[in-house]
Amino acid sequence: MKILSTGSAVPERIVVNQELSEFLDTSDQWIRERTGIEQRRIHEGNLEILAARAAQNALEAGGVSADQLDLILCSNVHSRYLTPSMSSVVQGLIGASCPCLDINGACAGFVYALEIAAAHVHSGRYRRVLVLCAEEPTRMVDWHDRSTCVLFGDAAAAAVVIPDGEMPLFKMGTVSNGQAIYAYHGPGNCPYEKSDRRETPLVMKGQEVYKFAVQSSQEDIQYLCRQAGIGLEQVDFFLLHQANARIVEAVRSHLRQPPEKFPSNIRLYGNTSSAGLPLLLDEVNRQGKLQPGAVLVLSAFGAGLTTGACLMKW
Amino acid sequence: MIFETVAKILGEYKDVDPSTITADATFASLELDSLDTVEIVMSLEDAFGIEIDMEQPLQTVEDLVKLIEAKKA
Repeated sequence: MKILSTGSAVPERIVVNQELSEFLDTSDQWIRERTGIEQRRIHEGNLEILAARAAQNALEAGGVSADQLDLILCSNVHSRYLTPSMSSVVQGLIGASCPCLDINGACAGFVYALEIAAAHVHSGRYRRVLVLCAEEPTRMVDWHDRSTCVLFGDAAAAAVVIPDGEMPLFKMGTVSNGQAIYAYHGPGNCPYEKSDRRETPLVMKGQEVYKFAVQSSQEDIQYLCRQAGIGLEQVDFFLLHQANARIVEAVRSHLRQPPEKFPSNIRLYGNTSSAGLPLLLDEVNRQGKLQPGAVLVLSAFGAGLTTGACLMKW
Repeated sequence: MIFETVAKILGEYKDVDPSTITADATFASLELDSLDTVEIVMSLEDAFGIEIDMEQPLQTVEDLVKLIEAKKA
């Protein structure tokens, strides 16, 4: 499996921390110190438009036309659609005609989708798979809750996956915990509903999630390097889910690796759920930092609680 | 003994002399926020070979010491 190309699209609207302090009891300093976030992008329209732009961006970079795609896999937690899937909406917007499937691996969704894509191209079933992550966590949070809404931004990012090259190593995991991070849909107007369920914006137990993320990410990275028979120093870049700059820093510090091997852009985008990792990958790729043969370790973690890590050669 | 280890780990994390850390010191007075507290808890888990979940509120150094004593008992 090889990632042929990457692409991304972020909303035009920039919201800096100061703007949030106009309607929330928070401050730029508080947000920066606890998260490393200075601003986020928030889309003002429909997510599928952003998703289609990211998809087209990746296709153009790879010289692949939409009608050459064999599968579109989209990682998406929330959009205005409960159905149909985001991938099928995007398929129409970009002019593709292949099968489409959405997955929900929360913030680890990119690695989950990449693993499915890798298995498909490795088996010979498909030759060109578009892995797309489109996320709007800003529509899932309570904008009166300063502990969550300041953390998130919207984005879409994509990668075109082809069969060339070696199969990456993956380490996927889920530790079921429906209370650490969750959001509920409302029940609609079903007259048979007996529970007291009601729509609940995102709830997150910050300390518990932080601990899980730091522990699982460093363990996954060490596991993959052991499996590959390489030392941490032989990895060129560690790309982590951009949930909080302090999680990235804690993992880096525990692994005793230099900061330049942990690129980060959370400062500019906040936590964009599963889109954050391919957004960062696209940034590093377009900066020309990824030489052929470079060793990358991706590590993501999210609601579920899910984890996904991947060691691959570029 | 537990207090001394907690003070040592806090001292290392904050880069201060452990002897200046008292049992009644709050994390806020030590300028430790909620995520610093998690980092310290993780170091203490390694030091004592225990697992501490983040459910209970921890305000002071003594809260941590009592929690570890209960886990070790």
